[in-house]
Amino acid sequence: MLLVSLPFKVLATLGGDANTPQADQRKMQATLRVSPGPRYAVHELTLATGTVVREYVSPQGQVFAVAWKGPFKPDLRQLMGDYFDRYVQATPVFRGGHSAARVALPGLVVHSTGRTRAFSGHAFVPQLLPAGVAESELR
Amino acid sequence: MMGTGAFCGLRSSAVAVLACLLAGCGGGGGGSSSSSTPPPVLGNVQAMVVDAGPSSNDANVGFISVTICTPGTSNCQTIDHIDVDTGSSGLRIISSALSPSLSLTQQNDASGRPIVECLPFADGYVWGPVKIADLSIAGEQAMSLPIQVIGDPSYPNVPGDCSSSGGPNEGTVAAFGANGIIGIGNLQADCGTYCAGQPVPGAYYVCPASGCINVAVANSLQVQNPVGLFSVDNNGVLIQMASLPANGAATASGSLIFGIGTQTNNALGNATILNVDPTYLTLTATIGGVTYPDSYLDSGSSALFLPQNFATACTSQEFSGYFCPPTTLNFSAIMQGANGTSAAAGFSVANAETLFNAEPSFTAFNNIGAINSDSTSIDLGMPFFYGRSVFTAIEGKQTPGGTGPFVAF
Repeated sequence: MLLVSLPFKVLATLGGDANTPQADQRKMQATLRVSPGPRYAVHELTLATGTVVREYVSPQGQVFAVAWKGPFKPDLRQLMGDYFDRYVQATPVFRGGHSAARVALPGLVVHSTGRTRAFSGHAFVPQLLPAGVAESELR
Repeated sequence: MMGTGAFCGLRSSAVAVLACLLAGCGGGGGGSSSSSTPPPVLGNVQAMVVDAGPSSNDANVGFISVTICTPGTSNCQTIDHIDVDTGSSGLRIISSALSPSLSLTQQNDASGRPIVECLPFADGYVWGPVKIADLSIAGEQAMSLPIQVIGDPSYPNVPGDCSSSGGPNEGTVAAFGANGIIGIGNLQADCGTYCAGQPVPGAYYVCPASGCINVAVANSLQVQNPVGLFSVDNNGVLIQMASLPANGAATASGSLIFGIGTQTNNALGNATILNVDPTYLTLTATIGGVTYPDSYLDSGSSALFLPQNFATACTSQEFSGYFCPPTTLNFSAIMQGANGTSAAAGFSVANAETLFNAEPSFTAFNNIGAINSDSTSIDLGMPFFYGRSVFTAIEGKQTPGGTGPFVAF
């Protein structure tokens, strides 16, 4: 019953477990492709708009990062789950313009860039990054 | 903080016209067809300035003033600090910057339901109704232009799939950093066929009293690139910004010139025409043998946004995301268009923290770089525009150099 009434809370993605990409797939009506790897698995969702979302899953089965790229921004509330509100309320870094924003909190980094028909970005929890994984890999 | 300029909505029409002329919103560029002598006054140049803006914290944001009028009347208002953005299409004004006596017509769908738009930017989103206005800039006019009014109190409830596009609601002048934005990019309709064919979550809605519904909206009803609706000089724009010293400047000035090859002041000259991808509006950049196929020019980007491996990132929290190389780096990119032509684009990336801290009041820099989260693109933002002439042609429009969409420099 709780699952039905509070799907977003229960199925939070960033920081959630490896089942959350499937939940995101259903919510966003996307196709899903899983690419296993030694350091992490990448669950890639292709949305109806053409935007591609990649969810990074650690060997322990935890989603430690999400990234997106495409003509429209995806549902970041769904992708970031409980982290979304902290992202929205944070003070971003860049001075001026609307083509980029970076939020760098102790427990959350969000980097979003782009313009009409070309958006991209990524969000990750530094404390959850597997050893040796760099931010530049998250794309 | 109040950034609105002269309000020229006077009841006496003769006085109103005079007031509007004084405010710079006067006669139509195409209204009077002048003979060969004397030379016509070119009404296609609008002064552009880079300064700190209404938020007092902007850097590398170019602004102009625009005059908007109640459709079909001389009830007009000139509004300053409108962000000049080749990365989007359409005029958007923050509701609080509009005079209450300016009455704009609501844009409705075929069923009479008001059309309201969500526009996600990379850093946040704006939400508000599509309204019809008459627009004057320099000597150009776009009559019955669909624009967006951002943060209109008549539509306070933002749909969930709009706010979930992320970032803050930028529905105030302080949050937006400008009184509005004028998108003069490659597209004529701001969302185009994407939104005409099917509802795109976080794009267009109709909002009858029962609530907002995500819908498809025909191209012609969408917010429009105003330049394409001018009667003349309507195939694109030329941005000419003054050069800057390497340590930046307090402000920068330049011109937004309407039309491409339509007047003596907007000839393509020896600029190279680079057709952009008609769907994604991109070019292919090549630097050091590596190609970046999703690249673009964008006056609305306040930095040169480059993949992370281009330079050392700043380490301080305050400048996180900017580049802080120990010495200035010089790059030369080959920008290639979809038509196969290419042009060299040189730019420099200096230490952003050093530059910003050296002169905290400076707002214009030609060498600020920052991380682009897209590893397959470079975004040549406003720093690239200083000291150059950069053309942006609208899709489907003819120019002496070919048909848009293209950029040229």
